[in-house]
Amino acid sequence: MSAQKAPKWYPSEDVPAQKQTRKTNRTQKLRASLVPGTVLILLAGRFRGKRVVYLKQLEDNTLLVTGPFKANGVPLRRVNARYVIATSTKVSLDDVNVEKFNVEYFAREKLTRKQKAEANFFSEQQEKKEVKAERVEDQKVVDKALLAQIKKTPLLKQYLAASFSLKNGEKPHLLKF
Amino acid sequence: MSTDSSVKASNWRLVEVGRVVLVKKGPSSGKLAAIVEIIDNKRVLIDGPETGVPRQAFSLGHVVLTPLTFDLPRGSRTSTVSKKWIASNVTEKWTSSSWAKKIAQLERRSALTDFERFQVMVLRKQKRYAVKKAIAKA
Repeated sequence: MSAQKAPKWYPSEDVPAQKQTRKTNRTQKLRASLVPGTVLILLAGRFRGKRVVYLKQLEDNTLLVTGPFKANGVPLRRVNARYVIATSTKVSLDDVNVEKFNVEYFAREKLTRKQKAEANFFSEQQEKKEVKAERVEDQKVVDKALLAQIKKTPLLKQYLAASFSLKNGEKPHLLKF
Repeated sequence: MSTDSSVKASNWRLVEVGRVVLVKKGPSSGKLAAIVEIIDNKRVLIDGPETGVPRQAFSLGHVVLTPLTFDLPRGSRTSTVSKKWIASNVTEKWTSSSWAKKIAQLERRSALTDFERFQVMVLRKQKRYAVKKAIAKA
């Protein structure tokens, strides 16, 4: 007696077996200059020209960065590694805990269909989005630990507060960052 | 009014044996060498054993004459050039010249990192402030 029951019917046509994928979804390999703690120059987006500290690579191949917010107004944020210049300046990330930050943390809240319709209905008086208290708290915790490290190097805080721009005669391909 | 005019000998840097030159092109560019022999009106034989320039014929267009010279017999061999070069302290004289200092500064400036560039900017601001303050007082 066979262990399995024979199927009641057989497919009339042969279904081609799907090829097994041998590829796995791995995180992107970043260039060697991108090491957590590096000071980056953002090149695109709302914060372009700002100098920020790189904290870690997230699962969606973006970089988690922070200004710190207190220094230059850049919050904990995801950025694309392509739109970034890595400088040779490094900040020690001792005592900076970034374990809780992942893609989910930054995900937008999904509205149900009903909520959406309601939001559209009252579109005339769109309320300004409040920053979540949890985010504010997290930002403060990270900033505090990071600023303690930044303050160890003189002028580093002012450096992060200043934004980057090309001056007369500066050629970006010849500059050393 | 006297009609005499004093004639002064020109003070040009001459292409001469023993003239120290700065190489501007080729693999030895940026290094010092000495003229050992004049080949024709636009080529010379140079040698820089102390600076790592191999003995070679070189176009004068690719070389800048420095104010430095030292006694060198015509067509002397590399070892002689080396001895005379050291005896007349050419390297020290060059490094203490403002020309060499300017070159060194340019090189340092171009090798600055982004943070160092910021630090330079801050220091220059401080200097400017101090100078302006002193001038305003005077």
